[in-house]
Amino acid sequence: MLHIYCPHCAEYREEDEFHCAGQAHIARPLDPEACSDQEWGEYLFFRKNPRGLHHELWVHAAGCRKFFNMTRDTQSYEIKEVYKIGEQPSVVAE
Amino acid sequence: MQKYSGFGLFKHSLSHHENWQRVWRNPTPKKKYDVIIIGGGGHGLATAYYLAKEHGITNVAVLEKGHLGGGNACRNTTIVRSNYLWDESAALYEHSMQLWEGLAQELNYNVMFSQRGCYHTCHTLQDMRSNERLVAANRLQGIDNEMVDAEQLQKEIPTMDCSKNARYPIMGASVQRRAGNARHDAVAWGFARAADALGVDLIQNCEVIDMEISDGKITGVKTKQYGVLKADRVGCVVAGNSGVLAKMAGFELPVESHPLQALVSEPIKPFLDTVVMSNHVHGYMSQSDKGDLVIGAGIDGWVGYGQRGSYGIIEHTIQAIVEMFPCTSRVRMNRQWGGIVDACPDASPIISETPIKNLFFNCGWGTGGFKGTPGSGNLFAHTLADGKPHPIAEPFSIQRFHTGALIDEHGAAGVAH
Repeated sequence: MLHIYCPHCAEYREEDEFHCAGQAHIARPLDPEACSDQEWGEYLFFRKNPRGLHHELWVHAAGCRKFFNMTRDTQSYEIKEVYKIGEQPSVVAE
Repeated sequence: MQKYSGFGLFKHSLSHHENWQRVWRNPTPKKKYDVIIIGGGGHGLATAYYLAKEHGITNVAVLEKGHLGGGNACRNTTIVRSNYLWDESAALYEHSMQLWEGLAQELNYNVMFSQRGCYHTCHTLQDMRSNERLVAANRLQGIDNEMVDAEQLQKEIPTMDCSKNARYPIMGASVQRRAGNARHDAVAWGFARAADALGVDLIQNCEVIDMEISDGKITGVKTKQYGVLKADRVGCVVAGNSGVLAKMAGFELPVESHPLQALVSEPIKPFLDTVVMSNHVHGYMSQSDKGDLVIGAGIDGWVGYGQRGSYGIIEHTIQAIVEMFPCTSRVRMNRQWGGIVDACPDASPIISETPIKNLFFNCGWGTGGFKGTPGSGNLFAHTLADGKPHPIAEPFSIQRFHTGALIDEHGAAGVAH
């Protein structure tokens, strides 16, 4: 069970209150119409799936309902840090 | 290979069962193989078996980093069914189902395949409609599936609460009567034994740490224990670790690895002679021959490789089971575990060529890999032997994530997704 610090509420809460929304820092193509099938497919479906550090987008669904980012180890499940949308991580996955 | 039979059992009892032949050899790998299969789980071993049997390719090695059948092959809830929605999936899972039906005879190994039926319960009008649609689709595909109403369901499964008093009353169910379950370990062991008898080298405790690739073509793999092993073709069948191997080969897969949990209770007297799944209250259960209730949960929503998940998921699943079977509320749970499933965005597997020549991937089975074991092996063997996919496997190419021809099975894949 993950014990997660919400950077908006500034509190530790149980994982049950949160929902993981997948990989963080995915930029939507600025001009989707100009994308090739290859590029659009990669944007929609291809995700980093590391065994190790991973940047994720989470939402405090049963709390403040705000989104934030998390850097987490997918092997040990250790949470390295949480940071707000728009901020950059200080611990960077390779 | 020593043939197993009732007479053999009697004969060996005379010598106190001390002279049974070893089930498979434990060879040191050769430097060069025609085909190397990475991953010694059910799918990998089935692939090796069908390569040797149907395609006459016996210079094959299966590399397994742990022991045979020690990953998801021994972590699943052993359900076998073929009632998927789309024609592509129906063909794939039905192909597998038909292989299951003759598997114990073919392998001369009791895989304890029991066609005890599998019910999908419906708790809402929308559930009823989608299951009726599924039944209609299956009928057109020539696959057995039928609807039963709540009254009939109560007769068929007396221990389930089909009354109107339930929090989410059951309105009916679809049932595939040819579905059922099998003994998970026996499937891996049976395939391993049969493949070994045909000359396949099963190499355990052999971890692949890199791929030998030159000019966009794979020539072998680098292992931790035995150095470089050369191969003309390489097939990866490593479930949750597919992404890690793809990274070694320098490409990404549309796959995310999640922990999927299951649990078993203490053994109790016979109480459920079929498989029950509920997409709505979110749980599924069967009873093993040993008597324990085998209960499956959903995946944890985040990427994880730790073979364990969160407690909240189990709690949620147990709520669902007690909701459907109130009489189980005081049954104690014995063990709980997690396996790493590689889920695709459309809940269908990938059996495909890759950007690297002569390297093939069979992955993305997500939460439904067990039922696919013989079919997956059979089709992947074809792909490895011919260098191009079998017609049934063709729609499951990795290309579909670029062309958009997805095979969306989130509905039929059921509870776990």
